[in-house]
Amino acid sequence: MADDATPVRARGLVKRYKEVLAVDHVDLQVRRGDVYGFLGPNGAGKTTTLRMALGLISPTEGTVELFGRDPMRHGARALEGVAGFVEAPRFYPYLSGRKNLELLAALDGAGAAQRIDQVLEIVELAPRAHHRVGGYSHGMRQRLGIAAALLRAPRLLILDEPATGLDPAGMRDMRMLIRRLAGEGMTVLLSSHLLPEVQELCDRVAIVDSGRVVYEGALADLRRQGGAGYRLRTTDDARALAIAADAPGIEHAHNDHQGIAFQADEQAVAELSLALGRGGVGILALAPQLATLEDLFFRLTEKNGDGQQARTSAAGAPPDDEALVMSR
Amino acid sequence: MSSIAAPASGRLPAHGARFKRPPTRTAYRWELRKLVSQKRTYLGLGLAVALPLIFVLVQVLHHHHDRGENIFESQITHSGLATPVLMLLFLSVFMLPLIASLVAGDVVAAEDGNGTLKTILTRSIDRGQVFAAKALAALTYAAIAVFLSATVATAAGVAAWGFNSVTTYSGTVVSASEGLLLVFAANGCYLIPLFAVVSLGVLLSTVTRNSTAAVVGAVGITILLFIIAQIPGIEGIRPYLLTEQYEAWHGLLRTPTDWAPIWHSLWVCALYAGPALAAAFLVFLRRDVAGG
Repeated sequence: MADDATPVRARGLVKRYKEVLAVDHVDLQVRRGDVYGFLGPNGAGKTTTLRMALGLISPTEGTVELFGRDPMRHGARALEGVAGFVEAPRFYPYLSGRKNLELLAALDGAGAAQRIDQVLEIVELAPRAHHRVGGYSHGMRQRLGIAAALLRAPRLLILDEPATGLDPAGMRDMRMLIRRLAGEGMTVLLSSHLLPEVQELCDRVAIVDSGRVVYEGALADLRRQGGAGYRLRTTDDARALAIAADAPGIEHAHNDHQGIAFQADEQAVAELSLALGRGGVGILALAPQLATLEDLFFRLTEKNGDGQQARTSAAGAPPDDEALVMSR
Repeated sequence: MSSIAAPASGRLPAHGARFKRPPTRTAYRWELRKLVSQKRTYLGLGLAVALPLIFVLVQVLHHHHDRGENIFESQITHSGLATPVLMLLFLSVFMLPLIASLVAGDVVAAEDGNGTLKTILTRSIDRGQVFAAKALAALTYAAIAVFLSATVATAAGVAAWGFNSVTTYSGTVVSASEGLLLVFAANGCYLIPLFAVVSLGVLLSTVTRNSTAAVVGAVGITILLFIIAQIPGIEGIRPYLLTEQYEAWHGLLRTPTDWAPIWHSLWVCALYAGPALAAAFLVFLRRDVAGG
């Protein structure tokens, strides 16, 4: 394995099922140490992309490489240092949890069998390890899926909706585990439609919709591009709104039930505060409000009036110099 | 137990275990263990055991044994070794192909349907190895069913009528021990066409991704070929039909041994099994695993 190779690099990935274009020229780059969120509504093409990454389905066009190896060309060797699952993890229901892991460890080789007890402990399935998987709850199967992935002692973990079906405590613990894995240097590619989960865990994201990547880059950059918003409460909101409307650099100022909301850069905000003081309006509160991932996700994945979707990148230079479109 | 958390003392596995592809025999061994763990595996083996026992029981209760076109029918009460020969004769046309197809038709399709194919194909083993292990497991199951049936039939026959000499198709009397050897050799010979049936089952299992369709399809093909063989005027192609090879083992029960039908069976069956397995292999290598 080329140790310095990029964990995941997809170029022009296309998957077409007859008339249906499931994945449309997707480019991805997951860097070493990333906790990379792969976001999109149901049917956006996330799982299909992950299946191509794991070599389960072949791309119609384009390539995907894991640590520099293409699963279509290198077969199982391309999965060296890679583990995970797509959709729900599946096991043999007539075998116990431990037997399932023994089977998978045998197919992994490289000492995986010696890690069975360890991974069962990590996912807290040791007491039920001798029970048949057919009797496991959905959450237990998810945990067994994590255990099966950890058996491979991976450097890249690919997880497709790992928190689906877990109760709140299970979701919290899943997030803790992913954070811990990332903290120990593991690269994580996390497909999810749970925005709080991605916002909490991920540093870089790709947002896909209808098979296309509509944003790829740092989550912080995305939120910055979403526009810095501010909320203002004063002693006289009506007069403050009038002052804000005339102030340079203040945009979209409006009064809602929580005060005055507007968008501006920091210099404009400083000038507005001085203008309010000169106008005899006292400032009770002035707080920046970054757009949430949820706001941005919907702006990017909902079509605009022309039926076109927003497309952008972290570099701030959208493809073909398109301006970032974030209108609903 | 609803949480996923590493206990304070629980260490995570160290990263970067080096890649080492496991041998195909490892996958094969696990295919057999999976078969052993499934109830439906025992359905076919149960039939392979029950049918000879029922046959012997009926014959013991029935007291008129001096009729029958086959030389071994007239020897039922004279030698227990006639029983496994007759059972092979009766079971070879439909029951043993059905039993073999139960696993062959299921071996890939069931994993596809259950979603476990994606689980094993994301480990350190290549698709070709997985396919080879599955095909070998299906062949092994068919062989076990045949020899289990032969063993039970022999034991039941000998228990009922004794371990005596037997007269072969050519009218030669052979000793009990030689007869026993011939019985198992005949069953081994029958594996030639049965392996071709298994290969067709594996192909259908791979292509249809549907266990029922694959099992019914494999049995259906053998029935269709059997019917075709009965059509008058096709004598020229009859020797090349798979079902005609089911009786090649008769050559072993002649003195001297008639090897011609056995060699003929070998290459004819290879013409069925080879392309079927090759096609199944190629489909398995290239298929999209989108289920589960």
